[in-house]
Amino acid sequence: MMPVARPAAWDGGVCPFAAGWQRVLMWWFIVGDGLLFGAFLAAYGYARLIATTWPDSSVVFSLPYLAAMTLVLNTSSAMMASGVAAARRGAWPTARRWLLATTLGGVLFLGMQADEWRHAIAAGARLSGNPWGDASFGAYFFLITGFHGTHVLLGVLILTIATARVATRRATPLGIELVGLYWHFVELVWVFIFTLFYLL
Amino acid sequence: MSTQTSVFHSSTVALLFAGLGLGGAWYGASIVMPSLASRHGAGIDSMLSYLLVTTGILFVAGYCALAWFIWTGARRRRIDQRLTRRRTEWLVSGALGLAVGLIAEGGVLAIGMPVWSEYFDATPPADAVTVEITAQQFLWNVRYPGADGQFGRNSAAAMDDVSNPLGLDRADPAGRDDVVTQNVMAVPLGRAVRLRLRSKDVIHSFFLPNFRVKQDIVPGMTPEVVFFPTREGSFEIACSELCGLAHYRMRGFFDVLSPAAFDRWLAEQATPTAGGPR
Amino acid sequence: MSHAATTVPGHDQSHPELGFIRRYVFSLDHKVIGIQYIVTGLLMALVGAALATLIRLQLGWPERTWPLLAQLLPKGYAGGVMAPEFYLAVVTMHGTIMVFFFMSYVLVSGFGNYLVPLQVGARDMAFPLANMLSFWIGALSALLMIASFFVEGGAAAAGWTAYPPLSAVATAVPGSGMGQTIWLLSMAFFIASFTLSGLNIVATVFSVRAPGMSMWRMPLTVWSYFIASILGLLAFPALTAAAVMLLFDRHAGTSFFLPAGLVVGGRHLTNSGGSPLLWQHLFWFLGHPEVYVLILPALGIACDIIPAFTRKPIFGYRLSVWCLVAVGALSMVVWGHHMFVSGMSPFTGEYFSIATMTITLPMTVFGVNMLASLRGGAIRMGVPMMFSCAVLALFGSGGLGGLYLGNATADMQLTDTYFVVGHFHMMIGGVTLMATFGGLHYWFPKMFGRMMNETIGKAHFWLTFTPFFIIFFMQHFLGIQGAPRRYYAFTAYDFLRETRIQNLVVSSCAMVLIASQSLFVVNFVWSLFRGAPAADNPWEATTLEWTTSSPPPHDNFGQAELTVHRWPYEYGVESGDRDFADQRVPPGRVPVTA
Ligand code: HEA
Ligand code: HEA
Ligand code: CUA
Ligand SMILES: [Cu+2]
Repeated sequence: MMPVARPAAWDGGVCPFAAGWQRVLMWWFIVGDGLLFGAFLAAYGYARLIATTWPDSSVVFSLPYLAAMTLVLNTSSAMMASGVAAARRGAWPTARRWLLATTLGGVLFLGMQADEWRHAIAAGARLSGNPWGDASFGAYFFLITGFHGTHVLLGVLILTIATARVATRRATPLGIELVGLYWHFVELVWVFIFTLFYLL
Repeated sequence: MSTQTSVFHSSTVALLFAGLGLGGAWYGASIVMPSLASRHGAGIDSMLSYLLVTTGILFVAGYCALAWFIWTGARRRRIDQRLTRRRTEWLVSGALGLAVGLIAEGGVLAIGMPVWSEYFDATPPADAVTVEITAQQFLWNVRYPGADGQFGRNSAAAMDDVSNPLGLDRADPAGRDDVVTQNVMAVPLGRAVRLRLRSKDVIHSFFLPNFRVKQDIVPGMTPEVVFFPTREGSFEIACSELCGLAHYRMRGFFDVLSPAAFDRWLAEQATPTAGGPR
Repeated sequence: MSHAATTVPGHDQSHPELGFIRRYVFSLDHKVIGIQYIVTGLLMALVGAALATLIRLQLGWPERTWPLLAQLLPKGYAGGVMAPEFYLAVVTMHGTIMVFFFMSYVLVSGFGNYLVPLQVGARDMAFPLANMLSFWIGALSALLMIASFFVEGGAAAAGWTAYPPLSAVATAVPGSGMGQTIWLLSMAFFIASFTLSGLNIVATVFSVRAPGMSMWRMPLTVWSYFIASILGLLAFPALTAAAVMLLFDRHAGTSFFLPAGLVVGGRHLTNSGGSPLLWQHLFWFLGHPEVYVLILPALGIACDIIPAFTRKPIFGYRLSVWCLVAVGALSMVVWGHHMFVSGMSPFTGEYFSIATMTITLPMTVFGVNMLASLRGGAIRMGVPMMFSCAVLALFGSGGLGGLYLGNATADMQLTDTYFVVGHFHMMIGGVTLMATFGGLHYWFPKMFGRMMNETIGKAHFWLTFTPFFIIFFMQHFLGIQGAPRRYYAFTAYDFLRETRIQNLVVSSCAMVLIASQSLFVVNFVWSLFRGAPAADNPWEATTLEWTTSSPPPHDNFGQAELTVHRWPYEYGVESGDRDFADQRVPPGRVPVTA
């Protein structure tokens, strides 16, 4: 057998950055999903540019409430990081607690989101129009937060399964890490939505 | 090699490419565009001529080179030279790539851009004939502002296909003398034409083949085009964006008349019921 | 390091006792999945070709009645005459099926799945389970698309570009009823399937190459799949978003793409606030890269066939790779060249024009490299080589047509005419079609262990390439004469009267072209069962798939250690009685030259 001359990262036989195919898949999935959010947000930006009467979101929404939602999701994301670190150390009981806390954060966020939707609907916001201005405002609001909410919901499901797997000792550090990647991504997207939709 | 191919067979393939290249150029040279009738159209035509000549040469050269390499390659038992030096590779392909890039980019910048900006930046002269075209499935509503030079108000809410396709506000004095026709429009020779394009339903595209004018009409937007007819005649308007069943026969007429004939025509159109459809 | 290339995680290599279902239907083997994709794609090609026949019958003989078709398709041909709405549905479905369900399946997912693991020396795809899911979601989307012909109102009829409001308002055209909804759903499934497959190809190239298979030793085929898959992953989300939004507009009362004041067919719509142009931006943000997703593998395949038939290394390998990268990057920023006359700002138009022309530079370099690869070779004109030369020829003429369209000033006259139809059939229809035929002839022995018939293959080439070239070359000039596309007939206009004869010629050639595909079908099916048994390396080629048996075993390379020692184009070297060295030949036996 001829040895390979210089087994560098890109020379084959190994995965560059020692990433492994799972992480590579996850990263590219995140890039693609991020671009999906990007497309929705770009469409929203386009609509806002051509709109004449875009509602003032600080009037429509309660910013302190949104800040609280953001805080919940950020905290949950931070707890996820601790969970991943614990799993990597092999401290599974700790990891399980962190994951449980993360999940609860996600559920809390979903609840707050649902409440916000309820308020908006009660105030007359619909997919086809709203009392505050340009008709697309409501449509983009429900579309983008709904799409993000679906991601959170999916994340909560995945987290529940991961927690159960940790509890039954079937989880791997890599698996938990991938779940973590996804959860951080969901949080990061929220920061963009928060900034672009509610703050600007 | 399990497949030994005969020199004869390869040569026929070489001849096929050469034949298609030369025959294609010969056929292409025999095609003419719809006769030209606008000022900026001359610029577009010279843009196209430039492209036809430059790409025509590249096309014939490419096909003949392909044929030649096959012709000679089929007669070769051993390859000529195995590897080319990397610098030669960069030089050969780089130079040819750059040449085509320059032809392409140069055409856009040197010939295309001036025509493009002449067309789009044209501020309509004060005496331009202004016409409003409202496309709908599958006809062209045409409206002239009349003697006062002002279009009357109209609204989508008042539109009714039978009695009031343009949704005109009959109470508006500015609209009293508006002249409305369908599928037929005329302009006087010697003045610029300024078209305000609108669509009631789906996307249409206002295409005047002889004038080298083509503008999509996206509902919700009101694009304007300005151009100068250069000769009298009757020309066709075609729709060039898929708009439904009768897209292929959404035909209109665009007549360039002498100024006197135009005034007569406009007066004729105005008589029946001013502001109404016909 | 922990991840050795030869172990494919998630894939158990020792299951010889699989039943028929697990082996051939829900298979995890990338080779089986690749072939499943190819066969599905070819079946869809038959549908697409049947639709093309209907298009050309109508355009060539616009006033004829077709009693036979009236019996076969009573709804579309009431009284023997094609209904205009049926024509539009046929064109729309022809474009959609050919682009997404023929070419994307055969060329990208099919050959991609089959070849990439073999050519990088992997035992399977990185994630075989996702691969299987990808195929079955894809098959579902193809079925769904076909089903849309049979719903109320018929299939979608707003063009494969589905511009709203035509595609958003159910009453605008019959196909915009249920048909358009199914079209959108099917596209959503297609995207899901294509994304899974693309993720897998990227991960495979990235992380499970065999020892020694450095990036600069990957065949151009692998490079092209790598870049094309990345491109697909980056571009498709825009269409997903657009499809979701259009579905909302159609069924949930939103107005993402619908402005205020629409009056469709006398009915006032209550929508307001949206913009039809937004759809065009989102669609072409995907649509433009998608055409390169299809062309890159086609070029890559031709680049790997050519050296085997000239017995000479490819010209400018590294340069070509950089061109692929450059084309991939540039293709993300030129989408607006489909919208020059849409009413978009003229400055933006000029930007897109300049950016588009920039793409011609790497594309030309790539083309010239291919052309130069033929120079000085000892050419054997086998069937795969014939089709590869056709790839090059059509790439040249289609690309030169691109120069007219990318030039905004010229495009003003040419857009939405048959010039565009000619241009893109040369490219998306021709380059890819020729590469598909070339690739099938070339890898058929590897896939099925039998050779395809040369004589039929040659006849098929002549009767495919020649009419194909004539049809679409002539269409450019129909466009120069002003003939708009998506026209049910050219009889309504005086300025199009002259095009009668040309359309007749085009249609006659199309009949020859489509009829002669039966040669291919016969050859394909006959060779499957009766073809001459193939050697492991019948073309004396160098890439890894030829170093294993034909067809390869389940784990691709048997138990043998697999190490790669050289680049993929080691032709024209002294190696005993052979003039080439495959990638596994150690440098001790034949010196490594690149
Ligand atoms: C695989 C598909 C493919 C490829 C590769 C291309 C390549 C290119 N395309 Fe095309 N295009 C389409 C598929 C493709 N296109 C489709 C499907 C549409 C229409 C969609 C619709 O509206 O339905 C379209 C439409 C389209 C338009 C919009 C037209 C309009 O609607 O008004 C434009 C405008 O810029 C354009 C430009 C280009 C350019 C500049 C290239 C360049 O990349 C070309 C670069 C290549 C070269 C410059 C050739 C290089 C030279 C040689 C190789 C050497 C010569 C050798 C010989 C002659 C033998 N294309
Ligand atoms: C990959 C893309 C592709 C391919 C291959 C083709 C192939 C063909 N196309 Fe098409 N076409 C499009 C993509 C393609 N087309 C698109 C995107 C549009 C635009 C739609 C729109 O406007 O919305 C279009 C539109 C279009 C029009 C314009 C209609 C109009 O604007 O009104 C016309 C008209 O002539 C046409 C004709 C043809 C013909 C004659 C062929 C022939 O080449 C067909 C020849 C037959 C085959 C290629 C099949 C071969 C394969 C097999 C037989 C497989 C064998 C099977 C087994 C072994 C099981 N096509
Ligand atoms: Cu109106 Cu096409
Ligand atoms: Cu494009």
